[in-house]
Amino acid sequence: MTNYIVPALMLVIVLYGALKKVDVFGAFSDGIKEGLKVCKGIFPAILVMLTAVSMLRASGVIDIITNLAAPICNWLGIPEECLPLALLRPFTGGGALSIGSEIIKNNGPDSLTGRIAAVMLGASETSFYTIAVYSAYLGIKNTRYTLGAALSADAAAFIMSGIAVRLLM
Amino acid sequence: MIMTVVIVIMLGASLIFGAVTGQIAQVSQATVSGAKEAVQLLLNICGTICLWSGLLEIMNRSGLAAKIAKLLRPVIKLLFGKYAQDEEACRYIGQNMASNLLGLGSAATPSGLKAAKRLNQLSKQRGESPHAVFLLIIINTASLQLLPTTIAAVRAAEGSAAPYDILPAVWLSSIVSVLVGVTAAKLMRGKK
Repeated sequence: MTNYIVPALMLVIVLYGALKKVDVFGAFSDGIKEGLKVCKGIFPAILVMLTAVSMLRASGVIDIITNLAAPICNWLGIPEECLPLALLRPFTGGGALSIGSEIIKNNGPDSLTGRIAAVMLGASETSFYTIAVYSAYLGIKNTRYTLGAALSADAAAFIMSGIAVRLLM
Repeated sequence: MIMTVVIVIMLGASLIFGAVTGQIAQVSQATVSGAKEAVQLLLNICGTICLWSGLLEIMNRSGLAAKIAKLLRPVIKLLFGKYAQDEEACRYIGQNMASNLLGLGSAATPSGLKAAKRLNQLSKQRGESPHAVFLLIIINTASLQLLPTTIAAVRAAEGSAAPYDILPAVWLSSIVSVLVGVTAAKLMRGKK
């Protein structure tokens, strides 16, 4: 079923554009150029983070942390390999994507661990960064309960990803 | 600033633990392989990001994106109450949510900031704390995504049989995450 969603959605978008007399190819091309800018924008974060994550993994510290946290992770139904992803996620989108793609590569994209890592990435956001951008833009110094609520939402997403993958896949 | 701290901790821990565990040679080697993998990762996801930026631009020009934003009105009313009566705030929140739903975080930020500015103005006019602004930020940090295209691209590059088969699980986790965030905000706000 999920195989139909994306091709069908693409067709709907293109057809609706054609019906509304939009220059579909022109709009497509302009958007793609914008996409290239996005790629350029995220590359520094990915490069710094993937290098740092590779170094951390080589040093053995990630294994130490995951082994220590394994009992808690198992109790929550989350593979311990996904813990570094959960820890990094609120701080850096590039870092989370880097470590997530490493987990997916090492465990296989269709493995339980690989899938849970993918769902974790899809269901959470870079909370610290988002809060910083918005509060800086508005000049709000005290965001009070915002961080607490955002981190609860992230924690819920991580725990749910373990449950959802087992339940739905 | 926070990123500086994160980077210093990561590099410091790599050096110290690499020395302690005797794997400093591997740490040194990882500086090269990590940078190489970063380029590989970018190649894996770049095409998909561009493809969906292109499709979003078609949706913007055909008015489909505005239509989706309009469909979200009842949800916005439910979440923002009296603040949703303001036409401008409602429009920006709708655009922000629509971009988030399509998995285009970078496209969501400009409309999100406009919405936040408007909500901040309204709460100042009313002489209230900017709870509506906080709520908007929390919804943005919880990331309600319909199409996690970037992650699907990573899965496809690693040879997944069906890169989008995680969709239902992502939806369920996202919805629970947003509900927990909104509820937590309401509870923590009530305490004070």
